[in-house]
Amino acid sequence: MITFDDVSFARGTPVLTNLSFTVERGETLALVGRSGAGKSTALKLVNRLLDPQSGRVIVDGRETHVWDPFALRRRTGYVLQEVGLFPHMSVARNVGVVPALEGWPQARIDARVRELLSLVALDADEFSSRMPDELSGGQRQRVGVARALAADPPVLLMDEPFGALDPVTRVELHREFRRIQAAVGKTVLFVTHDMREAFALADRIGVLDGGRLIACSTPTALRGSRDPFVRLLIDSMEPV
Amino acid sequence: MPVVAFWRAHASELGELLAQHVVLVLASTLVAVAVGVPLGVLAARRPRIGGPLTALAGIVQTIPSLALFGFLLPLPFIGGIGARTAVTALILYALLPIVRTTSAGLRSIDRAILEAADAMGMTPRQRLVQVELPLALPAIVAGIRVATVVGVGTVTIAAAIGAGGLGEYIYRGLSMVDATVILAGAIPAAGLALAADGLLLFVERALTARRRTGVRKAAAAAVAVIAVAGVGAFALVPREARVVVGSKNFTEQVILGEIVAQAIERYAALPVDRRLNLGGTFICDRALRAGEVDVYVEYSGTALTAVFREPVSRDPAHVLEVTRRRYADGGVTQRRPLGFDNTFAILVRGRDARALGLTRLSQLPAHAPAWRAAFGYEFLEREDGYPGLAAAYGLRFREPPRVMDLTLIYRALADGKVDVVAGDATAGLIAALDLVALVDDRRYFPPYDAIPLVHTATLLRYPQLGSALDRLAGRIDADAMRRMNLEVDGRRRDPSDVAREFLDTLR
Repeated sequence: MITFDDVSFARGTPVLTNLSFTVERGETLALVGRSGAGKSTALKLVNRLLDPQSGRVIVDGRETHVWDPFALRRRTGYVLQEVGLFPHMSVARNVGVVPALEGWPQARIDARVRELLSLVALDADEFSSRMPDELSGGQRQRVGVARALAADPPVLLMDEPFGALDPVTRVELHREFRRIQAAVGKTVLFVTHDMREAFALADRIGVLDGGRLIACSTPTALRGSRDPFVRLLIDSMEPV
Repeated sequence: MPVVAFWRAHASELGELLAQHVVLVLASTLVAVAVGVPLGVLAARRPRIGGPLTALAGIVQTIPSLALFGFLLPLPFIGGIGARTAVTALILYALLPIVRTTSAGLRSIDRAILEAADAMGMTPRQRLVQVELPLALPAIVAGIRVATVVGVGTVTIAAAIGAGGLGEYIYRGLSMVDATVILAGAIPAAGLALAADGLLLFVERALTARRRTGVRKAAAAAVAVIAVAGVGAFALVPREARVVVGSKNFTEQVILGEIVAQAIERYAALPVDRRLNLGGTFICDRALRAGEVDVYVEYSGTALTAVFREPVSRDPAHVLEVTRRRYADGGVTQRRPLGFDNTFAILVRGRDARALGLTRLSQLPAHAPAWRAAFGYEFLEREDGYPGLAAAYGLRFREPPRVMDLTLIYRALADGKVDVVAGDATAGLIAALDLVALVDDRRYFPPYDAIPLVHTATLLRYPQLGSALDRLAGRIDADAMRRMNLEVDGRRRDPSDVAREFLDTLR
């Protein structure tokens, strides 16, 4: 579904170097690394917010640069680090943004919004007309997920989606995510600096360091890795 | 309250001026928004263009409005006398706050929100319309609010170039030295500014408090009220073709303007638009040549030296002949003189004159070194004004003469703020304030016969205009003029009433 083929990207200095991996249809892949490892950049290459300098990014069988960027983005759900809900729009309008861009009739948008709010366990009657600044952090993140799923995109990109939440809410949302993912079966690429989160959510985990992919395998295989940096990341989660 | 009585007596005129005021502000603000918001977007997108753009708008805003009107007067399409120049100037003033706040509002939007908009697949235009402009809207409205309040104030000044509006009363009051008339214009203008400020502040607050949809609906209603008021006011402003009568901004000119206007209404049966209180000879002359004013009364000496820059001449018939020919070359017809000669009069207090036995100008140099003088700006600058006078009589005052508005000069002399002023020989306040005009015993001042001037093309279209004006020829002597000036300046009477009574005596 998503394939990185020897992709390099530089902004003055190299950010990503010779990156190659594939996310299969319906699979959840986590990219883990420290801040500045190039994780967010990798996500933006998928929906063409950025273009690679060399190599190919292939989404749904076509290289990203042959996609119309707006069409590509509308069928790629995106959950942002700071959520990025539109503060001047109600919850319902936020969730319905992409369907509205796609020109759905209003009745269909309304029905879809209700469906999605119940999917992310928010009561539609109570929350539809609320503004983002009337929501808690966890509720905002749920709305962010609902918005990303609104137009039923086959691909979901998530950038540190639960990073700003308190540990209790985060664990709760991890559970929610697994439930939702079981229901919708999207192809998910998400990035996090938290190895525990990656272990909790991902089918496979890629480890990025200095712009290079130094490991990419299932959580179980990763536990047996002898790479010193991978060990460091895994050891960092052991005490809890 | 005399102001209330004045409003009662002028209710329909007040309504019309208020309507003009609102229309001018509204029209210019709307255009400024239509131009300023896109420029603000450009400025936010391209800092390289935005920097110089806001700097330029800032420079425009530092130009005093009267000076800006002066620059605009000679320009075709956007300039000239009347509302167009006012609207152009207002737009230029309104641009800076709107461009600046639009650009600042756009640039202050959280990066994450813009990234989210891109990631949702919005095109740049969709992002601008659905996300950026709505989020910048409170800032933009704040800019519009500033622009509107500045506009309400600037329109008052625009009355000097005949744009109409409440400034008419302020200028009329200034020229009549009548605080009541000034207040009659100033109070509603201030009220208008406060109302516009309050209304737009309310809209701005409502937009910031996004969640309360009730408030937003009220804000939408407020905007609708503004729009309806504007359209209504626009409907009230007359737009049919009329003969435009102008005058300069002092009492005698306003009275003469009224006399000419009413004479045209009576004898020629033509509808008249009054553009009285225009800001000086230069503006009247420009307007007349451009055909934006059809008739105004000039003085022969002023025309000769100030308009045509000819050397001073002391022969009245020669002066009239020269100006008639020069005007004819410029598409202006000079009709027969009205009868009086409004030459300059050098005035002192009656008390001083009697104590010192002062009657003639040639006696003044003996006292001048101890005295202070004040003159109108034109008199100070004109060749036939102070420089020539000082040379002819060898005058030197205690300090360089002060520039003072013509409307304040008589009062300043009577109150002892200065000791010598130059006024008009026909000023009604001369007798009312016990002032004495010194005799020009060296015949320095050239003749200033009052002559009606008509835009020739208008005269060809309405020949009856000429005969209507000729019925005034030789009928206004200096005494009659001084009496009428006193009626208005001293007795606070309405110039149009005084003019009507005078025309009634002509029958």
